[in-house]
Amino acid sequence: MPLNRKIAYIDLTTGDIQTKPIPLEARKKFLGGRGLDAYLLYNHTKKGCDPLGPDNTLIISGGILTATCASATARTHVMAKSPLTGLLGSANMGGFFAPELAWAGFHHLVIKGKAKHPVYLYVHNGKIEIRDARGIWSQSATDSQWAIREDLGDQEVKSCVCGPAGENLVRFANVMTGIKNSGGRTGMGCVMGSKNLKAVAARGTMDIKIARPAEALEYNKRFIDQIVSAKVNQTQGVLGTPFIWGATNSWGGVRSRNFQYNQCEYADDIEPERIDEICEETMGPYHMTGCFGCQVHCRAQYKITDGPYAGRYDEGPEYTSQGAFGGETDTPRATTVLTGNHLVNQFGMDNLETGSLISWAMELYELGIITAKETDGLDLRFGNDEAVIEMIERICYRKGWLADALADGGIAASKKIGKNSFDYLIQVKGMSNLHSDERATPGLALNIATASRGSDHLRSRPAIDLYHLPETVLRKIYSNPVPYDGPLSSEHTEYVGKPWQVFWQENCYMGVDCLGICKYHTTFLGATLPNFEDWSKVLYYNTGLQITPEEIWKVARRCNMLERLFNLREGLTRDDLEKGDMLNHRYFDEPCRRGAIDVVGRKIDKEKFIRMVDELYEHKGLDKDGVPKPETLKELGLENEPSHLI
Amino acid sequence: MSKALYIDYQKCTGCRLCELVCSVSHDGISNPARSRIRVMKWEAEGLYVPMSCQQCQDAPCKLVCPVKAISRDEEKGHVFVDYDVCIGCRSCIAACPFGAMSFNLKEKKVFKCDLCDGTPQCVRFCEVKAVDFIDVDEVSVIKKRSAAKRLSVAGKEASGLEARLHR
Repeated sequence: MPLNRKIAYIDLTTGDIQTKPIPLEARKKFLGGRGLDAYLLYNHTKKGCDPLGPDNTLIISGGILTATCASATARTHVMAKSPLTGLLGSANMGGFFAPELAWAGFHHLVIKGKAKHPVYLYVHNGKIEIRDARGIWSQSATDSQWAIREDLGDQEVKSCVCGPAGENLVRFANVMTGIKNSGGRTGMGCVMGSKNLKAVAARGTMDIKIARPAEALEYNKRFIDQIVSAKVNQTQGVLGTPFIWGATNSWGGVRSRNFQYNQCEYADDIEPERIDEICEETMGPYHMTGCFGCQVHCRAQYKITDGPYAGRYDEGPEYTSQGAFGGETDTPRATTVLTGNHLVNQFGMDNLETGSLISWAMELYELGIITAKETDGLDLRFGNDEAVIEMIERICYRKGWLADALADGGIAASKKIGKNSFDYLIQVKGMSNLHSDERATPGLALNIATASRGSDHLRSRPAIDLYHLPETVLRKIYSNPVPYDGPLSSEHTEYVGKPWQVFWQENCYMGVDCLGICKYHTTFLGATLPNFEDWSKVLYYNTGLQITPEEIWKVARRCNMLERLFNLREGLTRDDLEKGDMLNHRYFDEPCRRGAIDVVGRKIDKEKFIRMVDELYEHKGLDKDGVPKPETLKELGLENEPSHLI
Repeated sequence: MSKALYIDYQKCTGCRLCELVCSVSHDGISNPARSRIRVMKWEAEGLYVPMSCQQCQDAPCKLVCPVKAISRDEEKGHVFVDYDVCIGCRSCIAACPFGAMSFNLKEKKVFKCDLCDGTPQCVRFCEVKAVDFIDVDEVSVIKKRSAAKRLSVAGKEASGLEARLHR
């Protein structure tokens, strides 16, 4: 049974390990994955704990459906208090780790304390062992995984690791598994590094009994047919996420030169077709690869064609790397993007944060706010490819004054740099935005401003808003599983109806994250993909749990509220530029300078934006300050948190 | 004409859905250790190779079995184990050159691919057709066609090169 997967509490200071079942009550309230992680984090960390201290709790988990016969249940979730933002730390990744963890008998690992020397955890068929990792420390994200296999004499072991960036306490270090699967964002790899925890390795051969196997199998087939018939997934299966670049950049939705432009010019060399060509030349016609059980296979494989890293194998680059190392820094060259992508994967460092901070530093350099003195002589102009690659390495190893400052994250760096550097930093809650430009899309701007982990596109983005879908189609999507008869607009430059779309997407993404399913299998980039109703069925067929679509919606709301409670406890206030639901002034003051006619000249109207936040709070059951109303907490059964159920 | 599994490892994306559906359809359980098909991986090179039973004509597992528990069904085109006769000595596992025979630790018996009685689930779920189920004689036609393409492309390139050299 998926439901008999256990939870383990591991204290790295004392070496104490306890294994417990997950009570059914907790399952019904939080399902698993990110949702149950949020409950565990809220209950197992104290207010104001040091994110890099032993009291921070690192939680690594799979979803309730991980490794079952639902489709693409590959996702691993990682949660802790973030060393980057001081608020919620939360990262989600594909690959093969979570299924292996489930076959090894576990769904959630709750890790506290700090080991005396580098260690790794070995989870194997119901048992957990703390092993010496001194010989593996300082190795790259991939090499350390292969070294663990050698150490254990088992090539089937799957590990999630922190790379050199995590060891060096870069505050946006990733947890990595496989070649490029990254629990990026909010610095979960940094928390691993702070605990002297190099890796968690898993290997399992324990049965997961499927409640109704025949139905689960047939429903999975239906699910897959639905998923692979969506054009968006067919395109992703050929070009990977870079396919988005062509549309968003030509339209004017891509940040370039930090935030000066909303389109990267002369970008032919990093267009998806060009990257695909390189992948084909270096890896052959079948160069796409996928995560566990997924038929979308959206990851490309490539070898770097030239430059100092020529010949190195990697996977990707994702859309995010095109933006991070091509668009934002105005270095639209394939070699730079592919090399940058490779380096962050090896270092275990967030590509979005890295690229965004480098482009911010470049703007400061061009404005004279920082000079060659701070950059140790590096000519940090926009368009300087070598400088981008050099900065990636410097940040990982904290080489030089500027890189060391940036490695602590944007807000901390802005305090060190001083002057008005903060004004140019494109972040929310201390986390940099990806390379997208939301000035022409109020719905997307509301999403990044209010997302629980900071400026982020994977927590509540109504991405289908960009498709100009007819209102009837929008209404069909957004009035399920709970009714909605308020306004909805097909126009992505509009403000009306967007708060509901953001609220709905937030619950939709929390839903998949609790189940352990990938977002490409739900209403994220495709409007026709499965959501609440289908999840209710796959849950029943695979686990035997009978939960209605409305109940899953409520679980999602409850878990999102827990993340909100955590953030409020750690100091979130509505309009705070460092810790609030507020955008940098540039979104309101600087109009878009490039792009399509419905984009040029657009900026976010601050008054309308504030009204959108008000309305979103209303939908969520928060008061004007963004604090949950007592009746909301009661409705969601959260009035007694922390309740220490588990 | 009997059909056979045709595995083209180059097409494999490494997702291992075949392992999942194999174990769920046979045992109602998700567990790759129970799967008849397994994807062997070299992640550092991006190489994934699905391995399953070749249903050999002169099957070493059949030849080595001391109690004659293994036979070949010509009509279905598969080699199968008669569990009433099998003594669980695992000689077949040792003899198989492909590692296609496995041992179930819980039920204490060997198991192998049975082609799902003519509708292999691994094939049904593999969208990229890295695993296909086709007439045995078709396999060589597919291979001939792809080899011919390679040769003709190479031939054209070679003659082009020659033309340039003698220009």
